[in-house]
Amino acid sequence: MGSFSLNYLLRRLLVFFLTVWVAATLIFIIPRLAPGDPIQAMIARMTQFEGYVENADLIIEAWRKRFGLDDPLHVQYFRFLGNTLRLDLGYSMANFPATVYELVGRALPWTIGLVGIATVIFFTVGNLCGALLAWYRTPKWLKVLIPMSMTFTSVPPALFSLLLVYIFGFLIKVNEKPLFPQVGAYARGTTPEFTLEFFGSVLYHGFLPAMSIVLVTFGFWALGMRGMMVTIEGEDYMILAQAKGLKPFYVLYRYMIRNAILPQMTALAVSIGTLINGSVLVEIMFVYNGMGSLIYSGIANQDFGLIQGTSFILIVTSALAVLIIDLTYPLIDPRISLEGR
Amino acid sequence: MAERTKDAPVAGGTKEAGLLNRFDNPWMNWKFLTGAGIIGFIFFLIFLGNQFWDTELALAGASPLNMPPVGFTNWRNQEGIPEHPLGTENSGRDMLALLIVGTPRTIGVGAIAASVGMGVGILLGFLAGFVGGWVDDVIRLATDVTITIPSLLVLIVIQAVLPRIDLVTMALLISMFAWATPTRYIRAQVLSMRESGYVQMARLSGVPTRDIMYKEIMPNLLPYLAASYIGNMTGAILSAVGLELLGFGPQRIPSLGVTIFWSIEAAALLRNMWWWWGIPTVILAVVFIALLLINLGLDEIANPRLRKAN
Repeated sequence: MGSFSLNYLLRRLLVFFLTVWVAATLIFIIPRLAPGDPIQAMIARMTQFEGYVENADLIIEAWRKRFGLDDPLHVQYFRFLGNTLRLDLGYSMANFPATVYELVGRALPWTIGLVGIATVIFFTVGNLCGALLAWYRTPKWLKVLIPMSMTFTSVPPALFSLLLVYIFGFLIKVNEKPLFPQVGAYARGTTPEFTLEFFGSVLYHGFLPAMSIVLVTFGFWALGMRGMMVTIEGEDYMILAQAKGLKPFYVLYRYMIRNAILPQMTALAVSIGTLINGSVLVEIMFVYNGMGSLIYSGIANQDFGLIQGTSFILIVTSALAVLIIDLTYPLIDPRISLEGR
Repeated sequence: MAERTKDAPVAGGTKEAGLLNRFDNPWMNWKFLTGAGIIGFIFFLIFLGNQFWDTELALAGASPLNMPPVGFTNWRNQEGIPEHPLGTENSGRDMLALLIVGTPRTIGVGAIAASVGMGVGILLGFLAGFVGGWVDDVIRLATDVTITIPSLLVLIVIQAVLPRIDLVTMALLISMFAWATPTRYIRAQVLSMRESGYVQMARLSGVPTRDIMYKEIMPNLLPYLAASYIGNMTGAILSAVGLELLGFGPQRIPSLGVTIFWSIEAAALLRNMWWWWGIPTVILAVVFIALLLINLGLDEIANPRLRKAN
């Protein structure tokens, strides 16, 4: 256990900052690819929706000045990067006095909570199932049951959430009320506060969204884990461990899972992006008040600044998650730290 | 514990494995065959549908509204009629026609995006694995960055600027992110194969690099490439459906994702119009499961170790 090599650390940091820079640059470039400039495009969209915008020319002029759109492109670009670094993401057009930063600040904890808890559950359950699948002492019925539950693996979480809502939020009723709420992150009419009741309501509302991520995801991890376990079972040190008469559980935990979990951690870092993609859609399906719903409201209200800011922050968040996983990796795999020296 | 000794020819003589691989042909893999069978069957149904069903019914206003499938009643107590066996939705599109038209479009987006992504991936993967040096460094960095970015978010930003695009453009946009995983995968395979005996032999014999790539390494990579292609296709369809669920995508002739989007917008869930969102969802799920089976099967075909594990 211990220190990482400088090489490893620098490379991870480089990937992180490159990711953030690429995301910022993309978000700067994309609106400028559209015909006209962003303000004109915005007015055009407003006209599309409202029919006619009074004093459109004046508005365009004012906004152009406000955003400095008359400056040369590279000046705009560096100002944009500077603003982004300070997390000044501009105003939300639809909720005007509110800045994108405020809105994101309110939504991000919900998303991190939902995705974080779901990740812990599916990673633990998935890897345990995978390990049990390959372990020779696992009872037969379990080896039949687990693969059956893996059928869901490839179904997108958002579609699966539709099924879950239909079954548990609509069909199954207890005392004329659905078993689980269909939408929202907490009971309507309550305000977020640190009470047990509110906490319970959050868990109750978060159950279906979290399950729709967990149930379709854990099979993937079980499959990967099983593959690793099968490889490890053939290793010489396994034969030695058994010959030494070590307890089977000890062998399973210290010799097999301990080794097989390493590639799984790498895979987790790689899959963060996909995970965020999926959870954004799940949030939208459940009208869960996280980042996904924020993006969706941005799309619905043609609020481009909000879409940009939310996407950017989510990309930074996932890059950060990958960085954290990568940096904890040497702690569980001592070999990594020796490599660079 | 005799069955766990490594040198036993067929580990433990699991009966099923022996039966399925009767002629020791790796392609007689039940996962691969089942998956391919399901996809083949879906395309057969689409073909039949195109022959015998009026696909014009997929346009808005072509049929009565909100009809349930045959044998069911909707909330107005209307019974399903045989003219619209799977029911209709709230703008009068016939569900059966929608499925016939929409399913190949959805799969098509995946195929286009995956093909472009694979093409770029093969090129970059071989380049990185063979040339090495700073080329490898740059490609690896680009791959790492692209994989870290949640593609859907960037695609949403793009689509918010260009809201009405056709499916081919959407597929091309998706392929901007579909090259990274294959690149990383192929690079790793090329690196390991480069050191293998037969490649070393070829190099010692003075075989040109390009011939080593295409004649020595490529044929061995094919099953891996196929598995990777299918995985890529799943990812691309996932992205496309994701975008469609947000309301982007073609509106006149919807694909499956767009259909589900409209059903959610129209609160089909609360009106208990399960046929509207449920049937496309189930079909998508079946497509995804079939692709997963093909992927797993191809993995086993490519990797004898996994095969033995069964």
